[in-house]
Amino acid sequence: MSAKTAGGAAAAHPPVHPQDHLLRTDRLPHIWCTGCGIGIVFGSLMSAVMKSGLPLNDVAVVSGIGCTGRMAGYIKLDSYHTTHGRALPFATGLKLTRPQGKVIVASGDGDLFAIGGNHFIHAARRNLDLTVICVNNLNYGMTGGQQAPSTPFGAKTTTSPSGSPDQPFNFCALAAACGATYVARWTALHIRLLTQTIGEALAHRGFSFIEILAPCPTAFGRRNKIRNPLDLLRFYYDRSVVKNKISPDQAVMDFQGNLVVGKFVDVAKPTWLDGYRQVNSGQVGEWPEVAAEVPIPEKHLLGA
Amino acid sequence: MAGKEVLTGVHFMDGDEACCEGAIAAGCRFFAGYPITPATEVAERMSRRLPQIGGIFIQMEDEIASMAAILGASWGGAKAMTSTSGPGFSLMMENIGLGVCTETPCVVANVQRAGPSTGLPTLVGQGDMMQARWGSHGPYEIIALTPSSPQEMFDFTVKAFNLSEQYRVPVFVMADEVVGHMSERVVIPPAERIKVVSRKQPKASPDKYLPYKPDADGVAPMATWGMGYHVHVTGLTHDERGYPVMDASAQEQMIARITGKIKKNAAKIISYDAMFMDDAQVVVVAYGISARSAKGAVAAARAQGQKVGLMKLNTVWPFPEEVIADLAGRVRGLIMPEINQGQVVLELERVAGGRCPVKFIGHPGGTIISPRVILAAAQEMLKEAL
Repeated sequence: MSAKTAGGAAAAHPPVHPQDHLLRTDRLPHIWCTGCGIGIVFGSLMSAVMKSGLPLNDVAVVSGIGCTGRMAGYIKLDSYHTTHGRALPFATGLKLTRPQGKVIVASGDGDLFAIGGNHFIHAARRNLDLTVICVNNLNYGMTGGQQAPSTPFGAKTTTSPSGSPDQPFNFCALAAACGATYVARWTALHIRLLTQTIGEALAHRGFSFIEILAPCPTAFGRRNKIRNPLDLLRFYYDRSVVKNKISPDQAVMDFQGNLVVGKFVDVAKPTWLDGYRQVNSGQVGEWPEVAAEVPIPEKHLLGA
Repeated sequence: MAGKEVLTGVHFMDGDEACCEGAIAAGCRFFAGYPITPATEVAERMSRRLPQIGGIFIQMEDEIASMAAILGASWGGAKAMTSTSGPGFSLMMENIGLGVCTETPCVVANVQRAGPSTGLPTLVGQGDMMQARWGSHGPYEIIALTPSSPQEMFDFTVKAFNLSEQYRVPVFVMADEVVGHMSERVVIPPAERIKVVSRKQPKASPDKYLPYKPDADGVAPMATWGMGYHVHVTGLTHDERGYPVMDASAQEQMIARITGKIKKNAAKIISYDAMFMDDAQVVVVAYGISARSAKGAVAAARAQGQKVGLMKLNTVWPFPEEVIADLAGRVRGLIMPEINQGQVVLELERVAGGRCPVKFIGHPGGTIISPRVILAAAQEMLKEAL
């Protein structure tokens, strides 16, 4: 649609779907490919936001670059589509300026863990109060299917035509090791559990991380002999084994065996802002006789 | 906390400290940064000052993150800044482009040291001037101020915030190691006498508001997070709704807007001080610490009865094209001293357009330019012109 023919809100079709009020319907159709898992995750995210009872003016979505990054462009909230890998530091500034609001970071594995890897480990270390939704499609979809930090050893991509020589990250183990206080993983077929988990993550005070293994039949599947979207989705789902509360380093994704999913971490720890307020209150002792404290919870945004 | 926002009074402080006080006086309440010589003192003072006044100071993991964080803070409604030097400035370039494209007010203080690469971390340079103008990819216009003293670090940082808020563009305070580290008298006026500008907010209702539809001044009102406008902000080429549009016509319109608002208002943005300009036959055009050297040289020439003037540029970008073009037609020659191998002088030559000779005086950094060298060049040019 060119700028000249843009009709703004007037061009939008009347609401026909219960999530339409959260969608920029005048931007549809979206750019995601047939069989892509991002739409499922996006729907789940919108459901969770609706169920959370959060005032919509206080929810912002920040994304980086890539297929998942386009979520920010379709959700009808204050939404920020930033530079490649930099969603987390942008979200850091946004959140700390309006701590009363809720910031969701939605991006892909390449954006969050390759080009943005350094920001991820520090945002998790600080336990910033951010909800991070990472769609893992095992490759760079937007640019046509290149090797990503998630690509399994031996899987073919356009930049690993003979199979990837790299070992992939275990994102959940990484997040937990860096200090994330809520960590979970599902596949795109665990829709109810995913929606419930996103709801919990939104209510969680601190850095929450949810990884969703999602099919990318167009870029990843067809080079790895699983062209059919449903086959790919089922392949992930059938191999998934739910193991809640296990140590995240045990939550391995073995594509020849089991793909461990579940909620691995859910602990209360002081956020960065808690610590900032504590050290600047003048009531903190001298190091090493100091410890960060979880404050008495502020009036929570959720519920009454 | 009351009374700590503006430290009204007479101080003896260095340029980096004065920069902080200017920022706070202008309303800055968010700072994200990464230590780097010779700008570290800005971050250090901000880390003490911002908690005193309810602001946020956060030390980020690098300069890429620092730049991204201040853009986020700006969309959260805060006036935000970072400070850095050459290597950090290089890392910030991509997100400076995001700031330009999304029309995000923010301030970056670059206390320049000599480069390239790690270069001379503790010693002066002015080698980032063209990077300030062109460092991020794609076509855009930018505003860069060039303080030459701690007092100007205060004054110009206030101004940088005001211009940034008014024109919705990242604004650079292009200082240098000597200005950043020298301590001098700095007068901070009473708060009510400091002009503070804040971004325009939309008056239209959310269903009628177009986030990138400019007013007559070329600048669109800004709806930040929480105001209920549910704006989409993207670094992709976008239309007035803020929606990505992938075609040449949308690109042309967007670039016309983000460059036009600076070009159209250039006369209001540009600032310079003309000194000893009456009957001047040779004029030294200088900025930053090199303008201090030039002032000494010009005063010495005048003491000997030689008709040498000084045009001290307070804004280098946008470049004062009309003023320089006019000057070039009236004098026998222009001289520009810079602590680099010749950067802003290229613009001076372009604008002078052959109407008079332009002489460059420079070296690649590590020390200031001696007034004696400038004086000798001016005297030589006076002789040649006869």
